[in-house]
Amino acid sequence: MTMEQKVKMIEVRDVQFVYPGNNENESVNALSGVNFHIDKGEFVGIIGHNGSGKSTLSKLLNAIIFPTKGDVIVNGLNTKDHEHLWDIRQTAGMVFQNPDNQLVATIVEDDVAFGPENLGVPSLEIRERVDRALATVEMQAYAHQKPHQLSGGQKQRVAIAGILAMEPECIIFDEPTAMLDPSGRREVMETIKKLNRDKNMTVIHITHYMSEIINADRIIVLDQGKIVMEGSPESIFKNVRALKKIGLDVPQMTELAYELRNAGMDIRDNILSIDEMVDALCR
Amino acid sequence: MLKDVTIGQFYPTGSVIHKLDPRTKLLFTTAYIVMLFCINNLWGYLATFLVLVVVTLISKIPVGYIIRGIKGLVLIILLTVTLNLFMTPGNVIASLGPFNITLEGLKIATFMALRLIFLIVGTSIMTLTTSPLDLTDGMEWCMRFIPFVRRYAHELSMMMSIALRFIPTLMEETDRIMKAQKARGANFETGNIISRAKNLIPILIPLFISAFRRADELATAMEARCYRGGENRTRMNQLIFENRDRVSFVLMFMMIGGLILTTMIKMPLIFPI
Repeated sequence: MTMEQKVKMIEVRDVQFVYPGNNENESVNALSGVNFHIDKGEFVGIIGHNGSGKSTLSKLLNAIIFPTKGDVIVNGLNTKDHEHLWDIRQTAGMVFQNPDNQLVATIVEDDVAFGPENLGVPSLEIRERVDRALATVEMQAYAHQKPHQLSGGQKQRVAIAGILAMEPECIIFDEPTAMLDPSGRREVMETIKKLNRDKNMTVIHITHYMSEIINADRIIVLDQGKIVMEGSPESIFKNVRALKKIGLDVPQMTELAYELRNAGMDIRDNILSIDEMVDALCR
Repeated sequence: MLKDVTIGQFYPTGSVIHKLDPRTKLLFTTAYIVMLFCINNLWGYLATFLVLVVVTLISKIPVGYIIRGIKGLVLIILLTVTLNLFMTPGNVIASLGPFNITLEGLKIATFMALRLIFLIVGTSIMTLTTSPLDLTDGMEWCMRFIPFVRRYAHELSMMMSIALRFIPTLMEETDRIMKAQKARGANFETGNIISRAKNLIPILIPLFISAFRRADELATAMEARCYRGGENRTRMNQLIFENRDRVSFVLMFMMIGGLILTTMIKMPLIFPI
């Protein structure tokens, strides 16, 4: 990303989204005045407490819902332009929270084929894409299994393969690890990081686990439908008090550093990992 | 307890019958059912029995497994037999209090019982040898030839395959809800049939709510994956008729021909009418 000119993958321009109710009082303002963009190849983390509007935001990026005000532009196409609806959904794939509720077919490889089948890709090419996608998420061995025989992490990797087979340029992950056990969470996170690193896939990772995005290129913090912070992980996480105030947990080591500083110790405030902490303490 | 449900069971043995195109098997089974209702004497039943024996042997499915399918319907068969036995007017051959057993009744009862058993065995051989997914693909193809249904062929088969996909998921969920309600003191084992049915409400309500939630999320996920109905949709695995399918079509016509011939046999087997 250093040499080439930065190309905008997604642009969100002054977006407001209101969930309509029966009358004025009942309608809920989920997002307002949201402005940001995401470059090609970037790994962006979006964090926020429950009800901060992060799931609404993810659905806006994939043209499942449309902004009440403002524009969402995906790869140069406005999501309001219904002609390009399918191009947008193909360009910006989406992985959801519940692994069970996004697998359609009774056999793993058929599920991966679902996306390309919808796009009308020729049969032989679908076969190739499915094999490639399953290899990327390391699930080839399970190609003929039934989804309900897989673990949560494996199901989620199949869901990722299903999106990869559509050959998107960007994948939006909407809390993909929220329903998984720690080992499943690790599997899925490794897959996501690999996609960004090796395949140069643009990744938008929406989560409330801070530890999952300490390696992100950029972090956007949402609270009550507004962007409250934006920047590198180090610059975000050192605001321990502000993050705690909006109901978010900071990574353990960052919090420890914060407490140590409060207690009068001279230590950096942008420590994220245990290794960094060890380095800082053993200076 | 819920693991015993046998709907749409598939018994893979890798036999030739398993490898046949699902469309072939569907057409074969349809022809078989139609023929079953055309048979009018025991010769025909004998011939049908032979067809079943041969097909079962080729399919390599254990006979006991197939017979288990009849067990569930024993009550219906018995009811049909009893009703036909006593309700048919004709030559009385035996009396049981106010009820008379007639020769015609005996004949019809036997035929009905055989017909039902052959129907169950024949169709269960199809479901046992065809994976649910192949079956829905085959049905989608077949529905294209039925007027009115044609327009919804894709939607219907998509619904069927999603239902199949979610049967195990919802079973697990039911199990989990049952355990949770039991832990709260719910009682599913005792009481009469009405109170037992009432006791199921705390299972059914959470199950329905969760099923609706799942359906909603699945629909969103399908749309996000560019699903827009059957138009312009391609398939990874296309159905192709192979030589073995052609051979079975020849056999199917031979079966139809053979069974039609049996209806013309005038010589009675056992029954003197």
